[in-house]
Amino acid sequence: MNDRHLIELNVNGTEHEALVEPRKTLADVLRGDLGLTGTHLGCEHGVCGACTILLDGEPVRACLVFAVQAENSDIRTVESLSRDGELCDLQRSFSEHHGLQCGFCTPGFLMLAEGFLTQQPDADREQIREAVSANLCRCTGYQTIVDAIAATAAERAGTDTPSDPDKAATS
Amino acid sequence: MTGPRVDGPRGRWVGASVPRREDPRLLTGRGRFVDDIRMHGMLHAGFVRATVAHGRLVGVDLSAVREIGGVVAAYTADDLDLGDIVALLDRPPEEFVPTAMPVLARDKVRFVGEPVAIVIGCDPYVVEDGVEAAVVDYEPLDAVVSEETAFAQQAPLVHEEAPGNVLLDVSMFDTPGVDEAFRAAAGDGCVIDLVSRSGRQNALPLETRGVIASWDDRDDQLLVQTCSQVPHQVRTLLARSLGMQERSVRVTVPDMGGGFGQKCVVGREEIAVAAAARRLDRPVKWIEDRREALTAAFLAREQRYRTRAAFDAEGRITAVDADIVCDMGAYSCYPFTAGIEPLMASAEMPGVYKVPAYRVRARAMTTNKAPTAPYRGVSRPQYVMAMERVMDRAARELGLDPVEIRRRNLITEFPYTGINNVTYDPGTYRETLDLAEGVLRDEGWCHLRDGATEQGRHIGIGYSCFSERTGYGSEAFAKRKMQVVPGFDISEIRMDTSGSVVVTSGTMNHGQSHETTLAQIVADRLGLDPGKVKLRQGDTERIAYGWGTFASRSATIGGSAVSVAADRLAEVVRTIGAYLLETRPDNVRLDGAGGVEQVDDPARRLSFEDIADVAYLRSHLLPKGSEPALSATASFDVAGDGTFSNATHAVVVEADPGTGRIRILRYACVEDCGVVINPKVVDGQCRGGIAQGIAGALFEEITYAENGEPSAASFIDYLVPTAAEIPDISVEHLETPSTLTENGAKGVGEGGTIGAPAAVLNAINDALRHTGVSLESTPVHPQSVLAALDSAAQEASNAS
Repeated sequence: MNDRHLIELNVNGTEHEALVEPRKTLADVLRGDLGLTGTHLGCEHGVCGACTILLDGEPVRACLVFAVQAENSDIRTVESLSRDGELCDLQRSFSEHHGLQCGFCTPGFLMLAEGFLTQQPDADREQIREAVSANLCRCTGYQTIVDAIAATAAERAGTDTPSDPDKAATS
Repeated sequence: MTGPRVDGPRGRWVGASVPRREDPRLLTGRGRFVDDIRMHGMLHAGFVRATVAHGRLVGVDLSAVREIGGVVAAYTADDLDLGDIVALLDRPPEEFVPTAMPVLARDKVRFVGEPVAIVIGCDPYVVEDGVEAAVVDYEPLDAVVSEETAFAQQAPLVHEEAPGNVLLDVSMFDTPGVDEAFRAAAGDGCVIDLVSRSGRQNALPLETRGVIASWDDRDDQLLVQTCSQVPHQVRTLLARSLGMQERSVRVTVPDMGGGFGQKCVVGREEIAVAAAARRLDRPVKWIEDRREALTAAFLAREQRYRTRAAFDAEGRITAVDADIVCDMGAYSCYPFTAGIEPLMASAEMPGVYKVPAYRVRARAMTTNKAPTAPYRGVSRPQYVMAMERVMDRAARELGLDPVEIRRRNLITEFPYTGINNVTYDPGTYRETLDLAEGVLRDEGWCHLRDGATEQGRHIGIGYSCFSERTGYGSEAFAKRKMQVVPGFDISEIRMDTSGSVVVTSGTMNHGQSHETTLAQIVADRLGLDPGKVKLRQGDTERIAYGWGTFASRSATIGGSAVSVAADRLAEVVRTIGAYLLETRPDNVRLDGAGGVEQVDDPARRLSFEDIADVAYLRSHLLPKGSEPALSATASFDVAGDGTFSNATHAVVVEADPGTGRIRILRYACVEDCGVVINPKVVDGQCRGGIAQGIAGALFEEITYAENGEPSAASFIDYLVPTAAEIPDISVEHLETPSTLTENGAKGVGEGGTIGAPAAVLNAINDALRHTGVSLESTPVHPQSVLAALDSAAQEASNAS
């Protein structure tokens, strides 16, 4: 008990307090202490990316960050994306393109894409593919995830969507 | 002969890419996976696991574990005294050796990662401390890790009762004419003799396994919340192992992060956690970590084939003679047994081809590795790979085009009863091949491939043709002689006063979109918006019994049960409607808009709300003797050998002479899964399946050192492909409606995974055609490709 620390975390614009051991990961605190279970754990060694969140706007693995390191940072999780019960454009696009099946990896991909598109709003399909190769999905084969993010990028830029996957496959 | 039907029967909703009902909660982080559930007073469990592959358990000392603050309990096998997990086949002792899998290891450990003790504590971090404090003494034994060590004279025995380390040994068919065909082929034709191997794989659902068990006094029941594809089988085995009545166990399944077969068998951890929860009278949760998932969860796919095939001079196959060894690891899984892979392979190997003579021996070998379970495709990726390599090798030997030799051998008359005594229902074996070939030709890939060598590029084309039995009813499973025989499915449907319906199914969604597709089926049957249909699954209390989701059975069997139940409900609603409309029942039909109408006067209609209002809230208005319940139950089982989906995959690859890397330039899939219920969902199943097949062909392998130590215990060593490795894939559909299912649907869950390794391996070998090397094992490592290219380059420079 002695080595627990009282920390303050700013998550999705709200201040939270948590009493945590220094060894406790940010992912475990988000899920266990704050009840934000949208952030999933797929490997706990930083490879699969299911726990990807935004830390000061940067996509990071919440399983590789100790909660005590995240004080004074702006933390965003998947729970921040929809507003007033309405899916955001990126979430809608994932649904429209069937970019998810079991949905376990999805929060990680959404946060990865959210961070990436903010940094590189004009990314092309190949750059998007390169970026999402950071995370693992076991269900979709990735094509529809790339489609969904590319469509969001195009929509945000006000251009047409290269959404026909078969055309994309042959190009 | 039934010709291809490009357009299957359509309903208003079946056939449409209806948006997924599952998506909103999964996209907002509001899904509920096992690890998201917290219960009051909940404890956490972890397992002390074997660190040697094979050894006698001399002592398990948990005293230091119990001294750690926060640790509540720690148990060994002796402390819990649980019944073993035993899966049986009705086969004679010379064919099948029954073995027992204890819930926690007793006396002996048989693989690194085997659970030896369970530690319970107040939080997962404390539990990890506890697990580390356990002291286990072993007397190590030599490990059995390969066919060479398992079948050697004087080999150590994994199970004393299984001499030669063989759990199953079947020789089947041996039809007349096998030897004659090989003699004839040696004179005039060709004989192909190849040995192929496939690496051990992990099905790798991204959500690892996990369970929460808790006792409920009011329900007088153990509640087991687990991520399982087969909730009722968990209930049955758990109750038996714990010595409880089955009604005292309720198994529920929340959202699941994939399964792919790994979760369609009962895990020993599920039973141990349930036992601990009973003992402590507190909820206990266990969430597998990735290291455990890679080393101790059920694995699959490690098989060796020696395939001999005889061809006549025209390229027609005249006989197949195969010897198959499947490395099933340390134990038989429940309920499928260690026979799952060898029995599938031997029964179905001739596949889509007209093979006139067939002989096969198939063995399940036991080794000191984590045990195996069904994994998407079950042996079909392996035997299809063997057969498809045989076709390409024979084409080359006989100077035939690889597509042409397939055309000469594909089954084209249906129904076709094969040499393996399996009857194949109508499909489009030939048509999918023609279309796939057309795709590559029209896009110029054949031209590119032919000119590549001159440009110093190594480009190859590969095909695979296959079918997949997807409606495995109880008759088909009984042929395997399983003692626990899966097959049927049950559905119950109820309408409420708002005219919406809740439908239950014994299937278990874990990514397949059942909440959407089964709702589409019901919507069409009742003439109702799918938004008014809610699917309930994953609760053993809601349905008498169910067989869950595996073997591509949910659309075929589950979808059929749902259809029949919906039709029965429609009949109830129509009958009451006719009475209220004061006309004959045969003068009333569903109006397609959530109500019924009079046939001779459609203006006279009643909505489902109207009918339900009378049935439930003013039942005195019902005809005397009729029941107020707007509900129906139905079960469905596929007759005979079941229904077969089919497909052709066509792949173009390029081998990099600098690195040996294989790049997939084009992947085309032309498939026929009967009636397509939801095109986007079917495309998703195909693409995702193909990605897993590519993973097996090029990347993933669970490897072991000679002492049985697993060497792929993290994602650093087990190479799961990312978006950088998996190409875009085109999917085209033909629809040959099945006459064996209610909706004409055939399953589509596994096909992608089945066809990919064969097509990729054929393409790689085609790219290496000038090297004289043929690669017959997966995963194909860049080193092998590089060695082939380097040796060819060396030879060329020596020659010049």
